[in-house]
Amino acid sequence: MKIHLRALAGTSTGYYLTLGGLLLLVALGAYAAWTLEHLGHVASGMNNQIVWGLPHMFAVFLIVAASGALNVASMASAFGKAAYKPLAPLSALLAMAMLSGGLAVLLLDLGRPERLLVALTHFNFKSIFTWNVVLYSGFMALVAAYLWTMLEWSAKAWSARVGLAAFLWRVTLTTGTGSIFGFLIGRQALGSALLGPMFVVYSLSYGLAVFVLVLLAISHWTAKPLDAAMLARLLRLQALFVALVLFVVLVYHLTHLYFARQHGVERFLLLDGGIYTMLFWLVHLLLGNVLPLVLLLRGRPTATRAVLATLLVCLGGMAQMYVTIVGSQAFALVIFPGYAVHSSFGDGAIASYTPAALEWLLGLGGMALAALITLLALKWLTLLPQRLDRFPPDEAYAPAAGAQP
Amino acid sequence: MKPNTPATSSEPTPPWRDRRGFMAAGAAAMTGLLISPGVRLIVFALAASTPAASGANPKVRWGLLVDTNACAPGCDACVRACRTENGLPQNPGPTDAQWIRKIEIRELRTGKTQSLPVMCQHCAEPPCVDVCPTGASFKRVDGIVLVDKHICIGCRYCVMACPYKARSFVHEPLSGQKPDVPRGQGTVEGCTLCVHRVDRGESPACVQACAAQAQGAMVFGDLNDPQSEISLRLERYATRALREDLQLNTGVRYAGL
Repeated sequence: MKIHLRALAGTSTGYYLTLGGLLLLVALGAYAAWTLEHLGHVASGMNNQIVWGLPHMFAVFLIVAASGALNVASMASAFGKAAYKPLAPLSALLAMAMLSGGLAVLLLDLGRPERLLVALTHFNFKSIFTWNVVLYSGFMALVAAYLWTMLEWSAKAWSARVGLAAFLWRVTLTTGTGSIFGFLIGRQALGSALLGPMFVVYSLSYGLAVFVLVLLAISHWTAKPLDAAMLARLLRLQALFVALVLFVVLVYHLTHLYFARQHGVERFLLLDGGIYTMLFWLVHLLLGNVLPLVLLLRGRPTATRAVLATLLVCLGGMAQMYVTIVGSQAFALVIFPGYAVHSSFGDGAIASYTPAALEWLLGLGGMALAALITLLALKWLTLLPQRLDRFPPDEAYAPAAGAQP
Repeated sequence: MKPNTPATSSEPTPPWRDRRGFMAAGAAAMTGLLISPGVRLIVFALAASTPAASGANPKVRWGLLVDTNACAPGCDACVRACRTENGLPQNPGPTDAQWIRKIEIRELRTGKTQSLPVMCQHCAEPPCVDVCPTGASFKRVDGIVLVDKHICIGCRYCVMACPYKARSFVHEPLSGQKPDVPRGQGTVEGCTLCVHRVDRGESPACVQACAAQAQGAMVFGDLNDPQSEISLRLERYATRALREDLQLNTGVRYAGL
């Protein structure tokens, strides 16, 4: 079965209104970045106890979801499920757009964002951060190449191979992102080899959730209903990924609870941590995983259920990032185990942090940038399947039967 | 949003919607982005193979011994001296830098209290150096851990990685800096062991201030010289490193802890 792709017409008032709204958000994000650059991070809510704040939550969520957004394309190329092939270009586009949005926030939250060239020309290869710079650039290049093989008739023979490479790269990339936190030996809540694989699992869930949301939005706005069987497939996959998230979170906390030296941080995260405890139990676990699982597994899969479940998964994902990144810093470093400590620098105390409006603007600006790239690319390039109500059977898969615009 | 009319594959493609051109340009840009770090890497590797011109003596390992029995609770002479020497705020707020602070500790089981200064521990295996993406965090050959303010991008990963909370991020514009102590908004900093004084043959300001208070709780010297006062004391008394479990081989040791 040949795959026919199309571009979004993008001539409706709604399209331009959405575009305008996103541009406004991006402009506000740029304003926030400019202000932080000129006034310094004193204009944010961050301090010397919480040095990675809300912008990191947005940035890491976007980066993790970016690699997960490639799930659908990987199902087609790496796992040979032909039914997903028509959706692969959209999957690749979302991966690139979200990575761009996430990296923009990460870059603009640097103390010296104008030194980007320094980061691209000075390397310490013992740093997982450095490896991530390589992994991010490589991911962008590989997915761009993958997209090209899907769109360019003469390159279609390479599509499956490049797709497989992109899949392997994205697993490495997300392991690297998780390891940024996993390699922090001094932080009680972090410094665990589990964090690499955990982030891979998070990415599977968050990325697919964003993909399903975007797909359903396109289906709704273009009045092209999505094939019920495809929706059911995507939601089954989403349910599996949500269950996997619950599994890794359970293993992480059970492991910590087994170690006496981790009891303090576990008590903080699970019982006494105020906003972090609430975000963990209520938003991440209950709203972000348990409720979506119920919605996905019980009853007939409908678009409304799908939208609700995937929105909740994204909300839970952001809560998880906030707890992982900010909560881990709020819990004081244990420099003197077995001692109560006090100092002028917050030793022994739970650090306080209230994100400033500028941080919200910067983070939301990054999300808007990802959406803007997606919206423009969908209009300028032929990335959407001609039909959303019919997909090729999986058996039809053959490497030679590539995409055709 | 109203339904859009799909474009069909038979429509002529306007030049600006030429996928091939667009993707080729994107690929070229991406290739450039990927290659430039690689080229730079070769230059960097060649530079790293040449001897450092820092002037630091590789035979020396500077260290500090803190005797917590001699460190008086409430005395913050070392902290004030550090702030004066390095041009740091005397009454720091939550966003201000603190290169050294006094920590009051009370053992939960026995109630025993102690007071001690904590600063950069100048580890032989410094996590801040390991995680720094640009190499701005570095260790001199004489063991002093510093930040190169010219290539620090302000990512704060070293602040996250330090198990001693010894690093601070500069949150706002600075004025009235000391000529010997370069600092910069948006970069990370920490105790330099008063490297500018050490290179002149003097002791760090905190050690000098402690001695001036007749506390004598801090001893500075060369850990590699068996005849130095610090080495003799380390040989004579039981001392500990903070977070010994991490095995970072710290240059700062504590007696009486």
